[in-house]
Amino acid sequence: MRKGAHVRKRLVTVLLAVIAAILAVPAAAVADTQGGEAIVANIRDDNRDPVEGVTVTVFQGDEEIGSAASDPEGRARVEVPGPGRDYRAVLDTETLPEGLVTSDGENERAGFQVREGRDGLIAFSLVPEGQQETADDASPTPAESADGGQDDPGAAADPESDVEPGFTPGVSFGAKAAQLAVSGLIFGLVIAISAIGLSLIFGTTRMINFAHGDLVTFGAIMAMIFSTGAGGIGNSLLVLFGAGLLAAGAGWLLRGRVPGAVAAVVPALVLLLGVAASTAVGVYGESWNWEVPLLAAILIAVVLGALLGIGMERYVWQPLRARHVALIQMFIVSIGLSLLLRHLLLVVFGGNRQRYDEFQLQETLSLGPVSITPRDLTIVVLSVVVLVAVACMLQFTRIGKAMRAVSDNRDLAESSGIDVNRVTLYVWGMGGGLAALGGTFYGLNQTVYWQMGFHLLLLMFAAVILGGLGTAYGAMVGGLVIGLVAQLSTLWFSAQLMNAWALAIMILVLLVRPQGILGRRERVG
Amino acid sequence: MDFAYILTAGITTAIGPIAAIYALAAIGLNLHFGYTGLLNFGQVGFMLVGAYGLGISVNTFGLPMWAGFLVAVACAVVLALLLGIPTLRLRADYLSICTIAVAEVARLLYRAEFARDLTGGVYGLQGFADGFYDMNPIPRGSYGFGDITFSARDVWLMLFAWGLVAVACLVMWLLVHSPWGRVIKGIREDEDAVRSLGKNVFVYKMQSLVLGGVFGALAGVVIAINQQTIHPDQFMPQVTFYLWAMLLLGGAGRTLGPVIGSVVLWFLLTVVDELLRGLIQVGALPFLQSSDAGALRHAVVGLVLLLLIVFRPQGLIGDRKEMLVNVK
Repeated sequence: MRKGAHVRKRLVTVLLAVIAAILAVPAAAVADTQGGEAIVANIRDDNRDPVEGVTVTVFQGDEEIGSAASDPEGRARVEVPGPGRDYRAVLDTETLPEGLVTSDGENERAGFQVREGRDGLIAFSLVPEGQQETADDASPTPAESADGGQDDPGAAADPESDVEPGFTPGVSFGAKAAQLAVSGLIFGLVIAISAIGLSLIFGTTRMINFAHGDLVTFGAIMAMIFSTGAGGIGNSLLVLFGAGLLAAGAGWLLRGRVPGAVAAVVPALVLLLGVAASTAVGVYGESWNWEVPLLAAILIAVVLGALLGIGMERYVWQPLRARHVALIQMFIVSIGLSLLLRHLLLVVFGGNRQRYDEFQLQETLSLGPVSITPRDLTIVVLSVVVLVAVACMLQFTRIGKAMRAVSDNRDLAESSGIDVNRVTLYVWGMGGGLAALGGTFYGLNQTVYWQMGFHLLLLMFAAVILGGLGTAYGAMVGGLVIGLVAQLSTLWFSAQLMNAWALAIMILVLLVRPQGILGRRERVG
Repeated sequence: MDFAYILTAGITTAIGPIAAIYALAAIGLNLHFGYTGLLNFGQVGFMLVGAYGLGISVNTFGLPMWAGFLVAVACAVVLALLLGIPTLRLRADYLSICTIAVAEVARLLYRAEFARDLTGGVYGLQGFADGFYDMNPIPRGSYGFGDITFSARDVWLMLFAWGLVAVACLVMWLLVHSPWGRVIKGIREDEDAVRSLGKNVFVYKMQSLVLGGVFGALAGVVIAINQQTIHPDQFMPQVTFYLWAMLLLGGAGRTLGPVIGSVVLWFLLTVVDELLRGLIQVGALPFLQSSDAGALRHAVVGLVLLLLIVFRPQGLIGDRKEMLVNVK
C-alpha cells in the first residue's frame, strides 16, 4: 500500500467517526400536525428580521374571516374555517413601520392553498420605500409564485443568503458561527450526496458530466410533481419511463435470439407506442390525479433519477465511447444534454420557485447555541445515513469494490476480469439516484426551481476537485468543506459572495494540490 | 402561421448585431480551442470585463468612448493573465472547470454589494454609448430590402460590429498562416512534440489566451453599445455554452467557422422560436403555452449540440481530420 492510500484510509476512518458523532445527536419528531387550519403570514424586513405589530386580515370572498397582528417572531396567525384555495390575505398598510413597504408592491396574497390539518403559509417581505420591485439578487419577483401551489415569496427573497429562519443577527459571534456551521453542514451534505455520482462518473469514464446538476433538479422536480398531484405530466412521465424500461427489456430479451432487424425494430416500436401513450395520458389523464406523501415522492424521484442516469449511460455514452469519440466532444455532448434537460424541466415545471407542501412550518429546536428545525435535522440525519450506506457499499460489497477499482484504473480493472461497462452502468444509476436525492433535500431545505441544479453544479465541481476527482470519499469531504466555507464566509463577507469563496477555494487547491485532498498524485515519467 | 414572416425574422436576426457579437466572441474561442486546443469554458468572463471596461470608464470616470475601448481590451489582457498564469499548466479537464469558475467568480464580484459604486451592482450600468451613436453618419430612416429592415441606428451598429468581425477574421487568417499559427496548431496536436522542438509552450498558450480573450472583450464592448445597458446576470455561463455550440456548428479550426456558426445558429433559434409560437397560437401543441417557446428553443440548442457531435463532429465547414484531436 502506498502512503497516499494509507492517508486516505485514515481520513475515511475520521470521516466515519465524525458521522457517527453527528448521528448520536438525538433526532426529533418530523412532521408538524396541528389541529385546525390557519393562515400564517410571515412578515420580514429586508434584513429578514421579523416585523412585529403588522395587521393581516383574511377574507373568504368578500367575507372577513378574521385578522391578527404579527407577534415578535413576525408571524400573524388567523384561524380559518377549513381547507381551501379561495382565501385572500390583506396586509394593513397603516400598521406598517414608518418608511417600509412590501417588496413587490402588493399588499394582498391570494390563490394560495390551505390544506387539511395544515397551515397556509404566506409571506410579506418589507423593504425601505423606493426599493420595491428591484428585488436584490437575481431572484424572480415574489408575486410570480402566486399561482403556484403555495405562495411563498419569503423563500424567493435571496437564495444565496438563505440562512436558517431562526437565525437573527445581533447575537454573539460564536453563536452566529455555530448557526452558520449548521447551515453549512446541511448545504455541504447536500453537495456531498449529489457530487458522489459526479466524481465516480469521472473516475470510471474520465468524463466531466455537465448534466449532473440537471439530474439534481430532475429529482427535486419529480418529488414536487408526485407530492402535489401527478395528474397529467406525472402520469405521462411514469408511462414514458415504463415504456423505456419495456423497450430496453424487450431489446435485451430479443438480442441474439431473433434476427438483428427484429431485435432493433421491436424495442423501437414499444418506445414509440410508449411515447404516444404518454402523450395521450398527459393530455387526457388530467383527471386521474393522485399524490403521495413527500417521503414516497422522494423515493419515486430517486428511482426515476437512477433510471435516467442508467438510460443516459446506456443509450448516449456507451455508444459514443464505442465509437471512440474524443473526450472533449463528450464534454460538449454533456453540455447539450444539460441544456436539453434543463429547459424541458423548465417547460414542465415553470419558472417559479416553489416549496414542498409538507414540513414547512415548524417550531425550531434549540440545541445549545444553535436552533434547527426538525425538518433540517432530519435532512442531516438522513444524509449522513445515506453517506454511510454508500461508503459501506463502496468499501465492503463486490460491486462497490469493483466501482472503486474501475474508478482507479479502468484498463487494469478490465484486464482483471471486471465487466467495466456494467460497473459504469451501476455507477450512473447510483449517481443519478443520489443526485435526485440530493435535489430533494436541497429543495426541502431551500426552494425548488428549474435552475437549482445548475447553480449547484459549480459547487459540486468545486467539491469533487477539492476532494480529488474520481474518488467517492473525496466528493464527500470536498462537499462538506465547500458547504462550510460557503456558509461561514458570510460571517465576514457579503452573502452574495459565498459561492465565489467556495470557487476561490477550489482554484486555490488546484494550484497547490491539483490531485485534491484525497486524490493520488499522478505519476510523471 | 406566416412563413414569410418567420423567414424574415430569422434572416433579420442572423445578420443583425447580436449575431455579430456572438461571432466575435466565438472567433476568440476558436483561437483558444480550434487552434490551440485550450478548453476555455469561461469566454463569457472576457465579455463581462470587456462590457464593464467600457461601461465603467465612460459612466463612472467620464472618459471618452475610445478610451473605454482601450480599457476594455486592457481588462481582457489582465483577466487572461490572471486566469492563465495559474491554470494553463493544468490538465484540460481541470482547465475547463477552472475557467468556468473564474468567469462565474468575476460575475459574482461585479454584482457584489461592495462594487456597487463602480459597477452598479445588480442594477448594472446604463447609457454610456451616446458618444457612439452621436457619430452615426447614416441619415435617419429605415434601410433594407423587402421586409428586412433596420433603423439607421442598427445599420451603423451593424457596420461597426460586422466590420470588427471582418477585421478579426483577417487577423486570425494572417495569424494562423504565420509561423506563430503553425506553432499553436502544433501545440493542439502534440504539446510534448512542440516542447521538444525548444518552443516555450506555456508562453504560446498564454499569447493565444490573451488574444482570444481580447476578441471576447470586443464582443462585450459591442454588447454594451448595442444594449446601452449592462448588468452582470446577462453574463451567465450559458453564454459560453452557446458560443461553443456556434463554434462547433460552424467548424472549429476554420477562420470562417465561428462566423457561419453564429449566423446559422441565430437563424435557427429565431425560426424555431417563431415556429413554436405560431404552432402554439394555432393550437397545434395543446399542452404548451407560448411562454414555453423561449425555453424550448434553448432545448433545441442542446439537441443541436448533441446531434452535431454524434453525426458531424467537424461542423458545417470543418475538416474532419483536423478536428478529431483528443485533448489530453
